Amino acid sequence: MKLTDDEQAMLDGREGKAKQKAMELLVRYGEALGVERFVNTTNVAGVPGQSSVFLETYYKDVKAGSPGGGRDAIFSLFDLDSDELVDVPQVVTHSCHLQGGYDPDNWKLLGASPEAARISRESEGYAVDRGIKILKTCTPYLVGNVPKMGEHCAWMESSAVVYCNSVLGARTNTEGRESTSAAMLTGKIPDFGFHRDEHRRGTHLIEVDTPIESLMDWGMLGYYIGDEVQEHIPVLKGRMSQPDLIRYKHFGAAAASSGGVEMYHIVGVTPEAPTEQAAFGGNTPRETFRYGAAERRKTYENLNANARDPNVDYVMLGCPHAALDQIEEACRLLAGRKISGNTRLWIFTSRAVKLQADQRGFTKAILDAGGHVLTDTCSAIGQALPPGTKVAALDSAKQVHYLPAIMGIQAWFGTTADCIDAALTGRWNGELR
Amino acid sequence: MSEKIIVLRGRKVVGGIAEGEALVTRDTISGWGGVNPMQGTVIETRHELRGQSFKDKVLVFPGAKGSSGWSVVFHTARLAGTAPKAMVFNEMTTKVALGAVVMRVPSVTDLDRDPLDVIETGDWVVVNGDTGTVEVRKRAAVKRAS
Repeated sequence: MKLTDDEQAMLDGREGKAKQKAMELLVRYGEALGVERFVNTTNVAGVPGQSSVFLETYYKDVKAGSPGGGRDAIFSLFDLDSDELVDVPQVVTHSCHLQGGYDPDNWKLLGASPEAARISRESEGYAVDRGIKILKTCTPYLVGNVPKMGEHCAWMESSAVVYCNSVLGARTNTEGRESTSAAMLTGKIPDFGFHRDEHRRGTHLIEVDTPIESLMDWGMLGYYIGDEVQEHIPVLKGRMSQPDLIRYKHFGAAAASSGGVEMYHIVGVTPEAPTEQAAFGGNTPRETFRYGAAERRKTYENLNANARDPNVDYVMLGCPHAALDQIEEACRLLAGRKISGNTRLWIFTSRAVKLQADQRGFTKAILDAGGHVLTDTCSAIGQALPPGTKVAALDSAKQVHYLPAIMGIQAWFGTTADCIDAALTGRWNGELR
Repeated sequence: MSEKIIVLRGRKVVGGIAEGEALVTRDTISGWGGVNPMQGTVIETRHELRGQSFKDKVLVFPGAKGSSGWSVVFHTARLAGTAPKAMVFNEMTTKVALGAVVMRVPSVTDLDRDPLDVIETGDWVVVNGDTGTVEVRKRAAVKRAS
């Protein structure tokens, strides 16, 4: 790779051991990608230093011999993939912590052991001490981290990445834990993929030939497109309403789960697609897909493929983390009633949104109904289900994609109203309407 | 009589040399939520390798998809001792590049022939990350020799 003077200085160890190890990792990564340069990044979102019972046990001997309580061991050996223990300094660029660990107020409910809760707390404190903003959410763009058009970012979390590129016009690849932690210490990330104009242009055309208005429809459309285009860049045109922030959130998350979509264009809507021609930027569409009523039905069936038992014992909302409006909608649908004694209702969100839900009385209303508003994680990330869960009801195509695979349960997919109905009755009555 | 060895030429992703039995899929692989790193198995619901282990295999696949936890899952597989011995893939992404780097297994891409057309599960494969080459001994030949 061709390094600038400041990059070479870090690699040579003139800026300290931690930055040297971070640059070594970034150079290995850049070479693997086949690129020659880094860009300077001013916005990094990752899960720096976050530990787990597995990592604590694995690095036990190293931790025991290291100063400062041993948390540097996790950051050095895992985050930076270094073979040497280093002192980890303050981050050098705007850095935030995404979802992870356990809700500090509700870890017992989430089934975490006291040890896991302690590790979560200590990891968080370690990140705070290094100047990292603790957002603890998969939706940083909902809680104040809104990159500007063209800004070079280094973000993890596929649903946030696709939002960052497509909706905001900022630039990030789907980074990983190790690359984001290294970027926090150096302000550098490889100049690959979505940092470059030529890799932001559309590759596949999607003609939407059935009306897309509801949140569920946006989720299904995203799930269909990810399946068809995999990691490529779809350009959508046709019968879509102007999506709001929540619809963008569910659409992108779904497309990033069934495939690896990191960027899309909606003609006349998203910032780099004023016209179809601009969206493709000279590319000829490699393939054209038509999404009509038949594709919509097939997608619905795929999303409900593993569900058989209509007795629902768990309803999870908030994937990606709920916006305040979604928590308000859940309250409206509950309408003061109590959920079934056979069912649990958990709604996941960020700490910042939970604070607003507290102020508006939503958290209490959900608690009174028998449900919970929880933060920091979700059932998939935290592998946390109410005890005995066999059948879940979900309004997120992304969560349906992951939760049955990770936890070995059945899951129904439908509207938020279908899910709240299942929470109230203990039965799945959803259908494609 | 010497048996036929097919040689594919590409480029280095991660250096080093390793060999093993191929595990081939035409489905892209999701790391977090698609793989259990403690077992070294694919768990994605509709994946053709669902339930199969890649431990100590040469994993031959189109590329990575899904969550940004790809590298962490395969990094964890390395620590848990369930990682593949080497990787051969077609589509370069940040997920697979970082995953290969932190897994520290020889990996190559950009091959002169599609490895998914040439390599079948059970073939014996030598991956030379330093030179970017892949040597394939077909399963039929492997069986005759043993």
